[in-house]
Amino acid sequence: MANVDISWQIGGPQGSGVETAANIFSRVCARAGYQVFGKREFYSNIKGEHSYFTVRVSDKKIHSNVNDVTVMVAFDAETIFRHANEVVSGGAIIYDSDIENIETKDVHTLDTYFKARLHKYLDTKKKNYTVSGFLDLVKENGVNLYPVSFRGILDGLAKDTNNPKLKGMIRMFNVLGVSISLGLLHMSSKQLFESIELIFGKKQKIAEINKQLANYAYNYATAKFPNFKHSLAESSKQSDTILIQGHQGTAFGKMVCGCRFQAYYPITPASDESVFLESHEILEINEDRPGSTVVIQTEDEISAIGMTIGSALTGTRSATSTSGPGFSLMSEALGWAGINEVPVVITLYQRSGPSTGLPTRHGQEDLMFAINAGHGEFPKIVYASGDIEESFYDTGKCFNFSDIFQVPVIHMMDKFLASSVVTCKRLDSTKLKIERGKLLDKIDTNDYKRFAHSEDGISPRSKLGLENGIFWNTGDESDESGHITEDPIVRLQMMDKRLSRFSQILKYIPKEDQVVSSGIAEYAVVSWGSTKGPILDAIEMLKKENIHIGFIQIKLLHPFPTDLVKSFLKNVKTIIDIEANATGQLGLLLKQNLGSEIDHYVLKYTGRAMTCTEIYDSIKKILANKEQKKVILTHGA
Amino acid sequence: MVLKLSDYKTDVHNDWCPGCGDFGIVNAIQMALAEMNIPKHKAAIFSGIGCSGKTSHFINTYGVHTLHGRVLTFAQGAKIANPEMTIVAAGGDGDGLGIGAGHFVAAGRRNVDLTYIIFDNGVYGLTKGQASPTLKLGEKTKSLPTPNTNYNVNPIGLAVASGFTFVARGYSYDVRQLKDLITAAINHKGLAFLDVLQPCPTYNDINTRDWYAGTEPTDDAAIKTHARLYKLEDSGYDPVVHYSEEAELNEKLSQALIKSLEWGDKIPLGIFYKNEIITEYGGRLADKIPNYLENPPAAQKISSNGKPITDISKLLDSLQV
Repeated sequence: MANVDISWQIGGPQGSGVETAANIFSRVCARAGYQVFGKREFYSNIKGEHSYFTVRVSDKKIHSNVNDVTVMVAFDAETIFRHANEVVSGGAIIYDSDIENIETKDVHTLDTYFKARLHKYLDTKKKNYTVSGFLDLVKENGVNLYPVSFRGILDGLAKDTNNPKLKGMIRMFNVLGVSISLGLLHMSSKQLFESIELIFGKKQKIAEINKQLANYAYNYATAKFPNFKHSLAESSKQSDTILIQGHQGTAFGKMVCGCRFQAYYPITPASDESVFLESHEILEINEDRPGSTVVIQTEDEISAIGMTIGSALTGTRSATSTSGPGFSLMSEALGWAGINEVPVVITLYQRSGPSTGLPTRHGQEDLMFAINAGHGEFPKIVYASGDIEESFYDTGKCFNFSDIFQVPVIHMMDKFLASSVVTCKRLDSTKLKIERGKLLDKIDTNDYKRFAHSEDGISPRSKLGLENGIFWNTGDESDESGHITEDPIVRLQMMDKRLSRFSQILKYIPKEDQVVSSGIAEYAVVSWGSTKGPILDAIEMLKKENIHIGFIQIKLLHPFPTDLVKSFLKNVKTIIDIEANATGQLGLLLKQNLGSEIDHYVLKYTGRAMTCTEIYDSIKKILANKEQKKVILTHGA
Repeated sequence: MVLKLSDYKTDVHNDWCPGCGDFGIVNAIQMALAEMNIPKHKAAIFSGIGCSGKTSHFINTYGVHTLHGRVLTFAQGAKIANPEMTIVAAGGDGDGLGIGAGHFVAAGRRNVDLTYIIFDNGVYGLTKGQASPTLKLGEKTKSLPTPNTNYNVNPIGLAVASGFTFVARGYSYDVRQLKDLITAAINHKGLAFLDVLQPCPTYNDINTRDWYAGTEPTDDAAIKTHARLYKLEDSGYDPVVHYSEEAELNEKLSQALIKSLEWGDKIPLGIFYKNEIITEYGGRLADKIPNYLENPPAAQKISSNGKPITDISKLLDSLQV
């Protein structure tokens, strides 16, 4: 099989079906046996603002997007204005020929700042401010243009099928765009029809019309554009592969590891996970009656964490899921869970801040906040997943850590992960363990004390409703029974009891779950969370040029695995810290804990996720110029 | 096993001020639990922050002393996860109607089967007597530097408007009636709210025990003293919604709202509104999760020998490429 690596992008106004189109395209490619990595970008808006989806397709395992676009589909002029420049020479732009004469001033959703930059650029190239002006330019750069009258296709189909209603069905532009793309890319149409069937499944009538349109548009493209050099014709079936969306990894993890209560308040990009859990609230249980996840939409995030803690006190595995603004509201209750040693899991889908920030955009800006959230000193765990597949298994681990150490666990996710769609190996529940630590099912004595001192500082845990297990909780300092005390010596003992958890955590959690390292060399990238994907792909690109870069992915961020990280860095001469924030928060942690200076930073805080191309370029830049202390990345519209 | 009142008492030192109205409320809760013979491990008292927050430590059941304003959130989470528990939430009027007002309203809409008692004294006692949400506009209690500039919340009216399905008022020095109201609240299927008038002898020098009794010293010798408090049940008031008819429901809601406005010379005690026709939250969950009540979150088996037993293979099949 030839080396396939193409990037397909579709853009249009929010609500025009960009997501459905990308969904169909991804599924077709995945079913044809390709690896898929897709990512959605959108405004904080319901309808009308620009949204786009980029799907990279390869015959090898891929973990990120690239800068270059091979095939672009534009429903509207804005997509051309914003993205035409990303299409590579030899690539293609499929667009609605009706938009050719549209000027930048006609596109109201094109904001002033972008328009000014674009005009300046078009001025230097001596082009007018229209779609065709810009397209002239990209054509000169070697991009193939494929104007298609989208309405013309609908008219043609209406005539062929003797169904005049079809003429006005512009909602189907999404299927049209995908079908033209697949025809252009020489892909077999079989997968296309199957995927439409799957996606529109229950709505038979709609599925049928869409299939007719797909067939018509596909044939139109193969007849009219037979010579496009990129091809997705060849493929091989891969076994045990699923196409999974960002929020599903943690949701499946919660189902399997026995989370039976989740409270949440709607917030982007976290709420998709809760909605998914509620959509599948009834669970199949092996050899037992059905189970369920009770999902409660609360009045705010304060209530979400309060309910989660209340539920956890009954011995139920309980979680909440939120993003930065919501997590800010949760921090008081987090301390309550800390002082009362209540196991709860907070899935934190980060986005760009501060405050509302860029509410639908990406960022890894809450590492320091997660570590330091809540006043006073108490033990908690901050744990970060690097990709969607990992997030499934990590969710199971987070619940185990939480139960074993009786601490709140903050599971770091982010918008990049949440709005990605990827192929990965079918999730394997048998790899998950359920460890509930010292949770009791029965108490026979009548002298039970919830916070009794013990050798490892962790007390046997009762739960509401358990006979002989009565305890008291309070946000005040308390004695072994849980009653309020202000005694200085008891205070000291209780603080020491709780904080001894930190060393237990570092001792117990397997090293491979704390830090993952690969190919340690003279140069090493350190990072955490979702940068993993683009970093792995960039390292692979560099390897082909015989440049070897190591990668240290830190998953356990609090308590910090100082000795372990130190051992990995022993022979590293140059450390490159890569993070999606402005201040290099992991770098700061390394400095605090190891005293290591970061040699170079690669940072991005435009709200857009990193591509592997950007990381590749910046590492090359650093290798060429050692003085380059910091590279700030800006790719992406 | 028959439990005695003393079984529900802890030996934790009670540091409330002498004469505090809170004592009557704790006693009434303990009496109600004993009368209903609720096993100690099947009951949990959740409390907020402030003097009333300490309530949970004085009662020998599970006790969860939560955060300021958040008691209802913790209590609802626990009840939803384990519906077998009898749950009483307690807090001050500042806790529930000031910082926690959003949760109060949202809890009403949910109608989770638990009892919420507000210790209503018009002041923030533990922080030295600032004005709380039920203090009337223009009133100046002992430690306020200037008269209160905020209008008061009407707890009964707010509860009725928010969807609470049992709304009542008690008086902390009438422990017997209070015990009966708490018992009725616990027995009620749905969210029960109990507003308990509770004099703060240290900081509220307006709504004192004497004031409620109508025997407060007054400059005007001509005013005849009389008890301000009276019982709704003695006035032939019927708080119960009997049929699922909109007209009757609206009538009962309006009647409760009008009664909630009585204050001053005549202050009603007792049940203002009771509606068991509206499904409590557990029933709403059971409508979509058929075995929720028999197999709620806390009862569910999630593993066998440390291995998960939840089968997601059908969901994964739908993602299979």
